[in-house]
Amino acid sequence: MLEVRSLSIHFHRYARGLRRTVLTPVVDLDLKVSAGEVVAVVGSSGSGKSLLAHAVLGILPSNAHIEGEIWYKGQLLTPERQAAMRGRRIALIPQSVSFLDPLMRVGAQVLRAAQLSGKNRHSAAAQRAIFQRYQLPLEVERWYPFQLSGGMARRTLVSMAVVGEAELILADEPTPGLHPEVVQETLNHLRQLADEQRGVVLITHDIQAALQVADQIAVFYAGTTVEIAPVTAFSGKGEGLLHPYTQALWRSLPQNEFIPLPGMQPSPQDLPQGCLFAPRCPLATAECTAERPTMRAIAQNQVRCIHAQG
Amino acid sequence: MNILRYLIKKLLRLILLLFTISVLSFTLVSLSPIDPVQAYVGAEMMRIGPEQRQRIAERWGLNDPPVVRYMRWLSSLMRGDLGTSAIYNQPVSQVIRQRFFTSLGLMGTAWVLSGVLGFLLGVLSGARAGSWVDQIIRFYAYLLASTPAFWLALLLLIVFAVFLKWAPVCCATPPGVLPEQVTFAQRLHHLVLPALTLSIIGIANITLHTRQKLITILNSDYILFARAQGENLFGLIWHHGLRNIALPAITLQFASISELFGGSVLAEQVFAYPGLGQATVQAGLRSDVPLLLGIVLFSTLFVFTGNALADILYHLIDPRIRLGVES
Amino acid sequence: MNLEVSRSSTLWSRVGLARQRVFDRRRQTLFLIVFCVLCLGVILTGSARAAVANQTNLSERNQAPSWAHPFGTDWLGRDMLLRTWSGLSLSLQVGFLAALFSSLIGLLIGLTAATLGGAVDAFFSWWIDVFLSLPHMVVLILLAFVSGGGLNGVVISVALTHWPSLARVIRAEVYQVRSADYVQLSAKLGRSSFWVARHHILPHIWPQFLVGLILLFPHAILHEAGITFIGIGLSPHQPAIGIILAESMRHLSTGYWWLAVLPGAALLVMVKLFDILGENGRALLDPRTAQE
Repeated sequence: MLEVRSLSIHFHRYARGLRRTVLTPVVDLDLKVSAGEVVAVVGSSGSGKSLLAHAVLGILPSNAHIEGEIWYKGQLLTPERQAAMRGRRIALIPQSVSFLDPLMRVGAQVLRAAQLSGKNRHSAAAQRAIFQRYQLPLEVERWYPFQLSGGMARRTLVSMAVVGEAELILADEPTPGLHPEVVQETLNHLRQLADEQRGVVLITHDIQAALQVADQIAVFYAGTTVEIAPVTAFSGKGEGLLHPYTQALWRSLPQNEFIPLPGMQPSPQDLPQGCLFAPRCPLATAECTAERPTMRAIAQNQVRCIHAQG
Repeated sequence: MNILRYLIKKLLRLILLLFTISVLSFTLVSLSPIDPVQAYVGAEMMRIGPEQRQRIAERWGLNDPPVVRYMRWLSSLMRGDLGTSAIYNQPVSQVIRQRFFTSLGLMGTAWVLSGVLGFLLGVLSGARAGSWVDQIIRFYAYLLASTPAFWLALLLLIVFAVFLKWAPVCCATPPGVLPEQVTFAQRLHHLVLPALTLSIIGIANITLHTRQKLITILNSDYILFARAQGENLFGLIWHHGLRNIALPAITLQFASISELFGGSVLAEQVFAYPGLGQATVQAGLRSDVPLLLGIVLFSTLFVFTGNALADILYHLIDPRIRLGVES
Repeated sequence: MNLEVSRSSTLWSRVGLARQRVFDRRRQTLFLIVFCVLCLGVILTGSARAAVANQTNLSERNQAPSWAHPFGTDWLGRDMLLRTWSGLSLSLQVGFLAALFSSLIGLLIGLTAATLGGAVDAFFSWWIDVFLSLPHMVVLILLAFVSGGGLNGVVISVALTHWPSLARVIRAEVYQVRSADYVQLSAKLGRSSFWVARHHILPHIWPQFLVGLILLFPHAILHEAGITFIGIGLSPHQPAIGIILAESMRHLSTGYWWLAVLPGAALLVMVKLFDILGENGRALLDPRTAQE
């Protein structure tokens, strides 16, 4: 359904005159999503994962430069196609209530989303229906975003993405600091959407949440996906995991060995040559720093490591 | 209930403010080296002897201590008596009322015009930030922000009244016509240039502010989400932008009433427009103390009302304040 | 090989960037200096030429701008360029005095309110509010009237009306500095409040004060010109720019446009220059905005 091939995003920031800096928060990223599955993109907070969703939708800021290709249902996405698909075929579930217009009634915002999704004539009915589906009381229509409780805000945001007939849902960090019950509810909603034959991308820093609902987990490190593995590979001592970073991440979880990985992710302003993980990698050799490794398929996994073996 | 308490608070504040200003301005005027008797009598001072002068001073109570004089002034103020204007030979309250209504048309027109135009220019400039349209609008606004109002008035006068003869050179009505015979069109014709002056000057502030606010909003999370829903630039501004910049712009426009009043003093001077601004100048030039004090108090009230209206409007419109008082 | 090239190029571009930044700063400073010299030149020579500027030449009355008289001549044959020049210099001096007094008042009140706090702060804050809620022009007229007009009247009235915004800025700044950890620490270490003010607060206030002073200039000059134009300020014997413009009013209907247009444009240019100076000075002196 969605295929991202070696996507890189650069930001050129001009200060005064000709002074400029280049940031590369996304480097050579690959990702594949099929209908009916939840693919979780897991990485540490503030590492630029959201930009992936923005790039797919074509809503990056104007100083961003994109390399690579994004394919949707066999079509290469161009800015024009992205504009036609935003809200209609591809929808975003944002992080928090701050993504709602603070001065617009909730019902009107859901209605607007329905109109934009192409349901011109039936948008009011669609809005009512979606409120019912997500158990939003009718009076919430007349509320303003600041009046919503955490759970209601979450359901409103989901309902805005689903009020149209979007086939691909990009959920950007949909469970930040929420009550466990609300997190569970939101994850269930995402699972339901995938079971209705939609494709769902769950972008999150919370690997536990990802493990609960995802079919595939893509591990995001320093702007790229180092490994994409089926959720079943995340078990035991991590024998099914092939990339040294994924393994280290798995070991660092509290329910496992709880051993943190020393060092820090490289800054997007100053990326290492060659493999992005090499500076912290126990297996690193001279070859690793020579060239960026490409994605290789080994067994059921996709790995970006020259040392990985099945 | 809440709004009532708020209004009472505002009212108390206004009373305290007016009291402070009355004390301040009265003190200043009594410290002034200008002799009120001389100012009143003017050129005929030569023909008045010291005894006569003493008698006037006594009748006005000028020999009493300042506190007594202030209390006397304040108590008549409470009764709505602001004294008598020497230069217009009318009660001050009447002068202010007449003149204010003349100025109100001028200031009101300029206020609405500069507000609407400034807002539109600001939206245009902010929506296309960085484009040549934006550059031109910003240049214009920055230039106007430091343009002296009276010079702009002179420029307009030279171009439209002297050379093109499209507009009259002075006054609020044609000379030699009785007030009751002046038509609405004639009034409007005389209003155009002064109102234009004040509008052009007033645009700068609101334009720059609206532009900045719109740019901030276009970079917000909710605009990002709206774009993700497929909203285009026009839709973003129409559905989300205007809603969010309108209130701050209205507030700013109300707060600019003080500047507008200052501008009207200068514009009325250039166009000899018989409004409150011109009366202020005359009162200052010809030492009409009761009128000057009256105008100081009145203009304070006027500016305060403008700011208070903006504040109240905020409370009535913004749902976050209106509904979310508890949080 | 390829690697080497890219690395050295980033190094070079970095050197270039650093040079660019230094150059930017230097260019700004240069601009400041040139501008100040220019202004001083206008002030000094303009005043010196007041006598020449008032020379009448009845054979050259009411001439439109030409090479000999770029700003034209007035009804007494006086050269308008010279008159504008000396007028600007007078306005500048008056504006400088007024802005200086005003900013000193602002500094004093801001400092006092914030350092003493409590009732004193409430008292001064109230006065700041009172002054901000009065229309400038009306207060200017009242003050100029009370102080008897003339040069003193203008300076006093402009000085007494422009301090509140700066006082507010300074007050906020002092509060911010005082709540900083290192200041709290020195107070605990037994430093006197005078010592703290001298070593911690003043260095922080100084740039704010300087920038505030420069940014007060345009306002001071514009308001000075405004009340002078009205006729409450200076007398016709002190031909500041406002007087020149006021006098020109009587001759406008005859079509002598240059009497008003060019002197006013010169005033606008001067005010704009001060605006630019203030904004640049802010960028240079205030490390926070300089980062932008």
